[in-house]
Amino acid sequence: MLVAKNKVMSAPAIETENLTKEYPHGFLNLKKRTSLEGLNMQVETGEVFGFIGPNGAGKSTTIKLLMRLIFPTAGSARILGKPISDIEMHRDIGYLPEQPYFYDYLTAAELLDYFARIHDLSAADRKERVQRMLKKVGLETAGKIQLRKYSKGMLQRVGMAQAILHDPKIVILDEPMSGLDPVGRREVRDIILELKHEGKTVMFSTHILSDAEMLCDRVGVIVGGKLRGVGAPEQLVDVKTQGMEILFELAGQSVAPVLAKATRSGDRYRLQVPEAELYGAIEQLRAAGARILSVAPVRATLEELFMNLVEADRAQAAAIEVSGK
Amino acid sequence: MKRVGVVALNTFREAVRDRVLYNLLFFALVMMAASIIAGQISIGIEQTVIVTLGLSAISLIGLLIAVFIGVGLVSKEMDKRTLYALLAKPVRRWEFLLGKFGGLVLTLAVNTAAMGIGLFLALMYVKSTPEQGDATILVAVYFIWLKLALVVALALLFSCFTTPLLAILFTAGIYIVGLYVQELRNLPMQVMSPGMTAFTKYLSYLMPNFENFNIMSMAAHARPVPGSLIAQNTLYAAVYCSIVLTAAVLVFSRRNLK
Amino acid sequence: MNSAKTIVLVVVILQVGFAGVWKLQHRIDKQRAALSEERDYVLLSSAKLMKTMSLEYAPLMADFYWTRVVQFYGNKHVRGDANLEQLWPLLDITTTLDPNLIVAYRFGAIFLSQRPPGGAGRPDLAVQLIQRGIKANPDFWRLYEDLGFIYYFDLKDYKKAAEAFEEGSKNPHALIWMKVMAAKIAAEGESYETSFFLWNDIYTTTTDPQIKENARLHLLLLKAHEDCRQLDLLADQYEKRFGHRPKRVSELMQAGMLRALPTDPLGFAYVFDDNAKAALNVNSPLLEKQRLLERFK
Repeated sequence: MLVAKNKVMSAPAIETENLTKEYPHGFLNLKKRTSLEGLNMQVETGEVFGFIGPNGAGKSTTIKLLMRLIFPTAGSARILGKPISDIEMHRDIGYLPEQPYFYDYLTAAELLDYFARIHDLSAADRKERVQRMLKKVGLETAGKIQLRKYSKGMLQRVGMAQAILHDPKIVILDEPMSGLDPVGRREVRDIILELKHEGKTVMFSTHILSDAEMLCDRVGVIVGGKLRGVGAPEQLVDVKTQGMEILFELAGQSVAPVLAKATRSGDRYRLQVPEAELYGAIEQLRAAGARILSVAPVRATLEELFMNLVEADRAQAAAIEVSGK
Repeated sequence: MKRVGVVALNTFREAVRDRVLYNLLFFALVMMAASIIAGQISIGIEQTVIVTLGLSAISLIGLLIAVFIGVGLVSKEMDKRTLYALLAKPVRRWEFLLGKFGGLVLTLAVNTAAMGIGLFLALMYVKSTPEQGDATILVAVYFIWLKLALVVALALLFSCFTTPLLAILFTAGIYIVGLYVQELRNLPMQVMSPGMTAFTKYLSYLMPNFENFNIMSMAAHARPVPGSLIAQNTLYAAVYCSIVLTAAVLVFSRRNLK
Repeated sequence: MNSAKTIVLVVVILQVGFAGVWKLQHRIDKQRAALSEERDYVLLSSAKLMKTMSLEYAPLMADFYWTRVVQFYGNKHVRGDANLEQLWPLLDITTTLDPNLIVAYRFGAIFLSQRPPGGAGRPDLAVQLIQRGIKANPDFWRLYEDLGFIYYFDLKDYKKAAEAFEEGSKNPHALIWMKVMAAKIAAEGESYETSFFLWNDIYTTTTDPQIKENARLHLLLLKAHEDCRQLDLLADQYEKRFGHRPKRVSELMQAGMLRALPTDPLGFAYVFDDNAKAALNVNSPLLEKQRLLERFK
């Protein structure tokens, strides 16, 4: 009992223990497909945690398990030190579903008001918050339009608004950037940073590394239903540059040898060189009369990381199959 | 409990915005046609024609709404994933389910009451001398509403564990069986085994009996309905809805959403 | 998790619930049986199958059938053909579909029992129909009147007729003359006053135009019949006085026994026929009706 109490005191914001989800399928549901396998993971209070992995890796499954939209085959999870079945604890959680969809017969303001009523907020409080949230997600002019007329990006914003409407301690976002234009992504990033600044815990899933790198204190990488690593983004991803990319403009013709390796689009050229040859290349370009626009390091993308992990996963599965036979 | 009310009111709002109440226009047309037909035949049965046609229309329209919207109450939300954001909030699943049920029953109450009043006015218009027994049609309309509540509960239950199409078929099936469940007692008992006899007997009392709520004939002839029957039918509907909703909650609380 | 508690709660709710349903259903059945609706039936005759197939909308179907009955009977061509065999099945289905449709019983009582071509000439079926009506609607005392009517006019069974009126008079809502009628029929059998009263009551209380017209015709013929009886009595007196029967009604007037030439309700003077009996004028439309009904021979 005492031990349990101590655990509560120092409990992480989100904690899963051997969380497993199997889906029965096939004829008479006799076969099982494992969507999540023994997930052990902690999200500390006040951090921004990125949950990254390719599509179908189990990110959404984990989040739905935490929200009790689906129930685990095995294992358990705690949020704010309380078991997830505790309904009162949900007052402190904000959740944005993946590709959210809401009652399309309501306007954004009505939907937010409805959710605020569910949270038992007073009338004055509701009105003030709904307006504030609409403004925050850039929908103050669209608040009176029925959601059936909303674009995917606008729905995503509404989803963001309803997730933070009741000032939760923990915000869990499932693919918050998907379906958004660059401006929208920027706004969501700002909201997440703002939440972090306010001391909230944020957990979000994404398959875009740059988002995770930019925002997260820590990330967890999940592939094939298994957690492959947790840590700061730069620890996980090999940040060693794989060379430099030079972007330049060049009017007219030139015979500089480096140009042979460049790719051209209009008057602009893009050239990739190893880091050691960077300055030599720049000299050549200057001699040829090129105007250099930018020089940037080329880095491994998350995609490459995923591909490596997925391939490793497949190789392992194949190996198991072979040894099994 | 307050959250149940919030969900119910939103469900009612959904029905209104989805133009469910437009069926009242259709009903108005039926009543107008009935008044004209009754005026043309006019062989001492104007009242009967108006009342039976009106009550049949109220029942039929109500059944369509109860079955089709009842089945969609939860399955549509699961399908469109509109309940994800809601269920992550401090809402218990039974609160959501009860709220959806309450919302549709409220919708049906408004709809049925409006049609009932329309029927009553049409009757008063056709009839030269109102009698006390005319109030029976209001009781008949109330009974129809009770029946519809039970149908909604059943539709909700079936939609919690099967596809919408099957849920519609099951609900319609139970309804039709429920109209004839008393016939089970008239089966030739001699040819059946004692076990079978007992089974059919229990079934005939425990299946939802929708014929209980049918007093169309009494309403058509302005026969007064004893208060005790009103009380018994009310209690019957309440108890049966509780049973069905309990089962629905039991299923839905364990259900994995997609 | 408190899943054990939940299971106990669910089991309790289901058990208490079904026990309640069981009890309530018995009570409701009892209550509705007391309302004397025809509810316990077996799927046997076509009428009952019809009722089953019309789901809960049986009364509505009954209205359609009733409309057909009326159209059927109201159609003069059919009426002339005396093709009334279908009247019974139609009425049978109508009253099975809606056991409370009083007007169907009353209509059936009169037109099933009357002799062709006025009716189907099946007083036995009429009695059956009315008795079924009484069973389904025991409070409606006028059905007893109709039953007595059939026994009185069509079956000439005055004992049963008196019993029917007596039975109907026990209903607290029944009008006082039901009792009087019972006593009068029991004592005298058929009489002009009784017949006139019965037809007149039908005439004044019915809302059905066909029943009303039928009653009016019978009242006119009843009056004519009574007039003829009175004229015959006068003719008897004339014979006593003058030694021979009058050949014309005017002879009675010349003898000072009548002040004016008596006419039937339609204004046609009565005549003496070849048998020296008083009769309707050949020009009177009533004569055709009388011959058609052949009721008062």
